[in-house]
Amino acid sequence: MHTLMQCLQRLRVLGVILMLAVLTAGLVSTAQAADPDQELNQAVGTINADTWREVKNGENFIDTRHDSTYSLINTSGETWRQIRNDWISPAGLIALGSMLAILVIFYLIVGRNDLDEERTGRKLLRWTALERAMHWTVATLFIVLALTGLNLLYGKFVFRHAFGDAFWANLIALTKLTHNYVGPVFGILLLLMLAKWLTVNLPRKHDWQWFKQGGGMVGNKHPDAGFANAGEKAWYWILASVGLLVIVSGFVLDFPLFGQTRDNMQWANMFHAVTSLILMAVALGHIYIGTLGTEGALEGMTTGYVDETWAKQHHNLWYEEVKDSAGQPEQQNPPVDDDTATANRPN
Amino acid sequence: MAQMKFLCDAERCIECNGCVTACKNANETEWGIQRRRVVTLDDGQPSEVSISVACMHCDDAPCMAVCPTDCFYKTDDGIVLHDKDICIGCGYCLYACPFGAPQFPKQNAFGERGKMDKCTFCAGGPAETKEEEYEKYGANRIAEGKLPLCAEMCSTKALLAGDAQTISDIFRQRVVYRGHKDGGWSSVDKAQASAPDVSANLDNMAYDATRAEK
Repeated sequence: MHTLMQCLQRLRVLGVILMLAVLTAGLVSTAQAADPDQELNQAVGTINADTWREVKNGENFIDTRHDSTYSLINTSGETWRQIRNDWISPAGLIALGSMLAILVIFYLIVGRNDLDEERTGRKLLRWTALERAMHWTVATLFIVLALTGLNLLYGKFVFRHAFGDAFWANLIALTKLTHNYVGPVFGILLLLMLAKWLTVNLPRKHDWQWFKQGGGMVGNKHPDAGFANAGEKAWYWILASVGLLVIVSGFVLDFPLFGQTRDNMQWANMFHAVTSLILMAVALGHIYIGTLGTEGALEGMTTGYVDETWAKQHHNLWYEEVKDSAGQPEQQNPPVDDDTATANRPN
Repeated sequence: MAQMKFLCDAERCIECNGCVTACKNANETEWGIQRRRVVTLDDGQPSEVSISVACMHCDDAPCMAVCPTDCFYKTDDGIVLHDKDICIGCGYCLYACPFGAPQFPKQNAFGERGKMDKCTFCAGGPAETKEEEYEKYGANRIAEGKLPLCAEMCSTKALLAGDAQTISDIFRQRVVYRGHKDGGWSSVDKAQASAPDVSANLDNMAYDATRAEK
């Protein structure tokens, strides 16, 4: 019995050794049978122009991330970064800075555009309560959006260093929130305002003459102007074109729910930045002319009424239409009569 | 100082997604956030190739350059991190990033995206306590002297993480061993390999140990 067991064990060991030997031989033979041509065909080594084109365009490509629309390498990102950081950002500062400088210089040299004659005290209703409410709401939202927008573009160079991380974190979070929620409201109101003032801003022949005379700066005579002069019309049409681009691009950025790609967002961002910076620069001019630049202009938009002299000087064609409805001098608070403002508005 | 980098050896990547899973597990990222992804080109064709991608911790990081909040910073090890307390979720980093690394937990109206999340090279982020750090940014393995878990768990060691010099040396050795004439990402034309004169071109392209040198 004892020897039989030993024999069996030896056999088992032998068997194991034999099996190992066979396996090893098999492995070696496989290795020897390796076909380098086959290996070559399986090797990567194919990174050529076509591959990079595929990588760039996201062709023949799958990705293990859920809902992923990203290509392997997004080359447009760097282009966007360069255009935004190296061109739009400095250009915006230059545009706003030079606009401010021009206005300051203009004010110092030319000064306020005063009324040529004494005020008669007779008042004409120029802007209805609805129009004034609309204007000031849009104006307020515009300023809020401009300041928050500027903070998004330039704030990091100023406030973080000046006031520290905690202040900056709250400021910039509030900035984005405000900008994104106020933006659509501004967009809708601006469209309503454009619709409301469309008819009075349709171009007329005398507008060309107004521009040639620089709105009255060239020559002695004031150029003809209807309810809106050519300068106001220009501002209107800038808002109706550039402003519309601001609204559309802003909508694309604010509502990323329609399958916008990164490329779409980059374009929308560049459009939005450029157009809104243009609007801001022109708005500076509008604000200057409406406040410091022209005597008697601001009261039209605050009280709704303008002086007869002002109307005659700046909007002679409109004045001719509505002069008979002017309030009497003794009336301290002329009655609000919206009809006078809306009845006749020759442009 | 070390300059930490990832390097994925596409020759070795077998698209097992182990790195993706390891990352998700190590960092316990939010639902829907997957910091690492595996991209496969020409899936199912002979020229199929896969590569694992996440934040590449760029030297000149576009995300840092465009961030309106300036919430990004680079550690001494060259790792690009960001402060979620300052991030406003504007999405600009995603527009700029070449690799689609930044992700957002939401994508709602009025640009409500939540705080951006991306690969931290397993280096955590700015926080008061360790718990807060883990909650916001995931693991800080670097602080424990460990490398990112994705690379550590890569079964074929395709994904390398570490000091740029070290991992590029490893890759260079592999390339030399493989015998590519022009390096790992060579510009050799595969068309030549499948052509009848494959043997003639072979020495210019690749060989292995079983093939006798001429």
